Parts: sequence; structure tokens; C-alpha cells
Amino acid sequence: MSALDRKASALGLRPGMPLADARAMVPTLEVANADETADRRLLESIADWCLHYTPLVALDGPQGLLLDIAGAAHLFGGEQALLDRSRTRLRRQGFVAEGAIAGSATAARALARYKNGTVVPPGEDARAVAPLPVEALDLDPAITHAFRHAGLKTIGQVATRKRSELVARFGAPMVFALDLALGEAEKPISPRAALPDYMAERIFAEPLVAEDAILETLRGLAASLAQLLAERGEGARRLEASFFRADGKIRRIAVETASPTRDPAIVVRLFRERLDALVDPLDPGFGFDLIRLSADRAESCEIETTAFDARAKEDKEIAFLVDRLAARFGSQRILVFQPNDTHIPEAAAVALPAQAAETSKLAWKPLREPQEAPRRPLRMFGKPEPIEAVAPEGLPVRFRWRRVLHEVAAAEGPERIAMEWWREETATPTRDYFRVEDTNGRRFWLYREGLCGRESARWFLHGLFA
Amino acid sequence: MNVAAEKVAVLRGTLARVGLEGPHGHAHVALGHSRADACLLGGILKGALHEVFPAAGGDEAAAAGFVAALAARAAEQKRVLWLRPDFSAVEHGEISPLGLLELGLDPGRFLLLRAPDASSVLRAGLDALSCAALGALVFEIPGAPKLLDLAASRRLVLASAQSGVTAFLLRLDAKTEPSAAETRWLVRSARSHDSDFPPPRAGEVPRRGGGGLWRDHLPPPAHRCARATSPASGGGKPSGGGKDDWGTPLFEAELVRHRHGRLGQWVMEWRCDDGLFGATDSGAVASAPFNRPAAAQNTSRVA
Repeated sequence: MSALDRKASALGLRPGMPLADARAMVPTLEVANADETADRRLLESIADWCLHYTPLVALDGPQGLLLDIAGAAHLFGGEQALLDRSRTRLRRQGFVAEGAIAGSATAARALARYKNGTVVPPGEDARAVAPLPVEALDLDPAITHAFRHAGLKTIGQVATRKRSELVARFGAPMVFALDLALGEAEKPISPRAALPDYMAERIFAEPLVAEDAILETLRGLAASLAQLLAERGEGARRLEASFFRADGKIRRIAVETASPTRDPAIVVRLFRERLDALVDPLDPGFGFDLIRLSADRAESCEIETTAFDARAKEDKEIAFLVDRLAARFGSQRILVFQPNDTHIPEAAAVALPAQAAETSKLAWKPLREPQEAPRRPLRMFGKPEPIEAVAPEGLPVRFRWRRVLHEVAAAEGPERIAMEWWREETATPTRDYFRVEDTNGRRFWLYREGLCGRESARWFLHGLFA
Repeated sequence: MNVAAEKVAVLRGTLARVGLEGPHGHAHVALGHSRADACLLGGILKGALHEVFPAAGGDEAAAAGFVAALAARAAEQKRVLWLRPDFSAVEHGEISPLGLLELGLDPGRFLLLRAPDASSVLRAGLDALSCAALGALVFEIPGAPKLLDLAASRRLVLASAQSGVTAFLLRLDAKTEPSAAETRWLVRSARSHDSDFPPPRAGEVPRRGGGGLWRDHLPPPAHRCARATSPASGGGKPSGGGKDDWGTPLFEAELVRHRHGRLGQWVMEWRCDDGLFGATDSGAVASAPFNRPAAAQNTSRVA
């Protein structure tokens, strides 16, 4: 048995008991299979909900959460108020929550378990944990047993022993755990998400529902964020808005920008685009009671000079347009082209997300000589389309593509393009490309896979010329 | 009732303003093809909406090439945003940067938006039209989405006139519908040689440079001409000294709608080296008189 409710505990059952024993004691026991992943997921969602109080939330074992509330408590009217508020609200959601506030994570954990509801004033950790039983230190059961055997029943009693004795008998980790509990050593918690560089948030007494009000809040937060960013001469490259619903659900929405930005108007515009384009729209439910805007990627941004040259201004406007489109459609969908150092036709140029692309050092080199016709098609099929071609002497004479027969009037080729065998693991057949014009003047880019005259040779249409 | 009347009046006023300001407010960019430029009062009008339709199924690539060239001309030094829905890339192929490069255009000046569907293309495009830093915008729209009606095209015209960004609608697999566009073109690819070739025979083909590349520029290079006017002259005079030059983008472009001028039909060659349109070689046949009297008056028949 891994967990019990209150009633079962009252009947004298204990976690870890074999099920048969428990059944023997309480024949009417109701049993459900333990689902550790579901438990974990639930705990994580509670952890998310706790982001309400502080951005630094860490999971602690299968049933615990650690919140670093340094600097956050005053927002909720003090530490006691914060503790009460969080416990009440968790209880309202149907959880049994025990909590304590102390100077160190270990002390808080021990107190939550053995003296639920304690708030330890700063610097008094040692006194607060002294009366707790040694089990509260969460040590190896063998060590705890040895303490009990030696008559050391509380943390306070263990603390009276000399450190050197303890180290000699139980090893340094035990002493470290003791120091942590007493507040003499410090170990930071490892929060689930790193603290963003910049953050602004607003708590609402009345949950917020109207979209206009939400955008207006974002504008206000963006302005506060802009101030913080300006102080350090930075601009945000990625912004995340977290919407905390009154019923505990959290929605996070992020936008990215091509260049460091801190203009609130731009930020709000990007969020509006993003919110408009959401497949699964932002549902306020009973309203949001906290909205937080954070910049988790920031870069230094030059002081904006008033004397823009036309080109720089143009670039800036384009970058803003790109950001808007990326916010609406995703950055993978707005692309710029750059030359690439390979001769595979599909790869000789790359389309990169315009937001991320940097200016390439490579130059565009046309394949054709001056006066020559284009040698690469304007439109290319991602997947070359199989065609039936008649090519008695190697050159295609007619071919059928999408059930239409094309008579070839002019053809040029083959241009052999070997695949990059040193990069591919599987052998890719050589392609012989042909530029072809049919009797209607339409120009195609065909290729033959496999060698001329072989049965295995197959024809494909890869692109269309203008 | 009253409100509606007022609205109509305002709209009328706006339309009139656009109509008036259009030709005067924005410049024309010459295409390079002198007759077409003359007909267009100096070239393609910037800050306006232009529609391009393939003349028939199979001419989609030609229409795309024509639009790419027009957009690059109209954008001058600025950038071109090409918007296309996913369906279009599957059906007609994706716009290839190397293809643009081979056409003599700078792929680095093109931005591509891969929108999920045609209505996103329209919505994103309408928004992007307000970005004056762009030179031109190409809406590639397959089929006839409901969203693209007369009112939508008017909105595009207004946005385009306001920012000066030239808008091109590339309509694939669609019938022509009423719209507020400045010009409408029907484009088909023209043949490099206007004669009936015998099928290619590889044996007769001269080898070039001893390499693996042989070219087959089947029989005597014919001069190019518009088939519409001189079907009999095909296969006639050799041109260019037998230079192996087939395959240059060659369009039969028909201007079927022009708000501020005459219509016409021309065979236009895109000169990749100059980044300009041109009449076909040696001016043998440049412009085809069309079955419209207005067009015929100003074009001379050359046989």
C-alpha cells in the first residue's frame, strides 16, 4: 500500500503494509491501483499553480513542493498570510496540504511534516526544529535507528553532540543534513524553471475576463518590463505571458522577436497577433487572477539613435513585420533564402526562419552563364513526381505527367548530379537531369534515376521553369 | 438607412480618391518592353493591385515567373514578400530560391510566407501591405476562396495605395471575377521556337565540350513570333546564328483589363541578365495586334 486517506489512517493502517494484512484488518477497504505518473503529473500541476506565489518552485519527493518565497511574501500580506492563503486555497481544491515556512528548505520540510502551519521567524531555525524527532531529518533509516538506540530522540539532542563525533560515526552527509535543518548550512532549491531575467506581473482582486482588459494589462506589464530592460540596456528576444486562471489552470503564451525589443506597443501587437491565431484560444473561464510577463531571453540592444538612415529603418520595419507574421503563423513559416554550400539541387539554397537568420557569408552564384537560359526551375516539388517517359536514346521524347501527355520539342541534358555519398549512409542513385520544353512552350525539369537503358531507370519531374 | 447612405458616400469618395490619386500619386516602373510600357503609360503602376492568371491549366509556372519578374521590377531595391498557402506548394511546386536566382533576381530580397491556407494568405497579406518597407507583395491564391471578393480586392487596393507597396494577385486554377485591380494579365508560356520540330534524335546531337553534357536544340532555330498572328511564318528565318538559346522565359502576356489605359497582347521575353522584359529577338515580331480594335490601332503587323 502506498498511500492512505485520513479515514484509513485512523483505522490504524500504515503505508507500506501488505494489502492482505490491511484487508484482514479492514475487510471493507476500498483499493485503487497506484499510478505514480498520474500522481507526478498532479503534483506538477500543483507546482504550476504555485507559480502564483513565486517563480521559484521545486518538486520535493513524491508529495512535496518547495517554494522559495524570498521577496515575494509581502505581496500577499506577509509570510503567515501567504501560508494560510495557499493552504486554504489548496484545501478548497480538495487537497490535504501541510506547510511551514522556515529559513532553509530542510527545516521547512521537517516542520511541515511534524508541526504543520509553523512560520519560523528569521534566524530561529535551530530553535524551531530542536524539538522535532530525528526522523524529521530524513536520514537513512539505519542512522535514525542508531540515534534512537543511543538515546538521541530529537534533533536538538543530536545537535548537542560534537560534530567531529557525528562525522566519525555517521559520515559527513548526515552532519550536512543536520546543519541544513539548523539553518547553519545553505543549499538552494532547484526550481523547475529557471528564473527569467526580467519579469513583471499583476495580481487582480477581481478575476479578469475581458479581452481588452487583458491586452491593456499586457501593455502595462510591457511598459514595466521596458523600464527594467532599459536600465540594463537590453531588449527581449523572447517574451512569455503566463495567465493564471482563478481555478488553478495556467496558460503560457510566448512570442519571439528577430531583434531585441522593448517597445511596449510592439510587444502588445505581437501578443495580439499570437492570441488571434491560437488554434486553442485563450479561455479565461472564471477569469485570470494573475498575469505575468517575463523576458527569458534578452540581448543588449543599442541605444536607438534618432538619425536612422533609410536602410536601417527599412530593416527595422521588415523585422517587425516578420515578428508579427511569426507570432501569427510560427517562426518556421516566414522564411528568407540563403545560399548553401552543396550541389544537391534541393539543398543548394536554404530557406531559414527569417527571425533567426543571420547574414550569410556565401554569395549567390548563378549556374547559368550570361546570355544563357535559366538552368534551375522557378518552382520545385518537395517530392519529385514520378512520370512515364519515353526516351529511346537517352533523351526524353515524350512523357506523361499527371495524366497529361507532353511532346518534347527541345531537351538539354543530362546534367549528372551525384548525391553526396559521403554524407548519406544508404546509396542514393545518381540523377541525370534534363531541361525540357514541350510543344506548348512549357518548360520542365526532369530527371532519370538510375542509368540510361536499364530496366530500372525511373523518371521523375522535379520542377517547372517559368 | 441614413447611416448606410453615408457609408456608401464615404466609400465612393475613397474610391474616387484612389482612382484619382492612383496614376498620379505613384510612379510607374518600366518593364523594358517598349510597347507594353507605352500601353501601361510608362510601366507597371506602383502602389496598386495587379492580377495575373495563367491563361490555361499548365501555365501556372509561367504565370508565377511573370509575377516574380513584375514584382522584382515594381519593388526596385526593396524586398518582396511572397505569400502562398501550403496547398499551392504541393500542387504547383514551391518557389525555389535557385529558380529566382537563375531568373536574375536576388533571392535574398525575397521573403516567403508559408501560410496554412488561402484565407491566411489574404489576411496576412493585407496586414503586410501596410509595411511601407516592402517593395512588393505576391499573394499566391489557388482556387477561389470566398474571402476574396470584390470588397476584399478593394481593401487590397486601398492598402496598397496608402503604403505604396505594389500588390500582385497570382490566381491559380481560378476564373476571372470582377475586381478592383489596376491591371489583369493572362499569361501563357510561349515556345522558344515556333516550328514543328521532329522529335529529338540523340544521335544527331552535337556534343559539347567533350563532357557529359549534350544539348539538343532541335532543328533550325526558328525566329520567335506570336503564333496568333503569323502561323505561316513559323520555321522560317534563322536567328541568332544558331545560338543555343532556347529556354529563356518567354511569355505570351495578354493585358485584359487596365483601369487607366488600353489593352494589348505581347510576347515578352524576360532577360535574366538585364532584369528587364524585352521584345523577342531582332524585333521580327514584337507585338501582336489583337482582336480588339483599340489595341490594333497602335500595333503594326509584322509578318
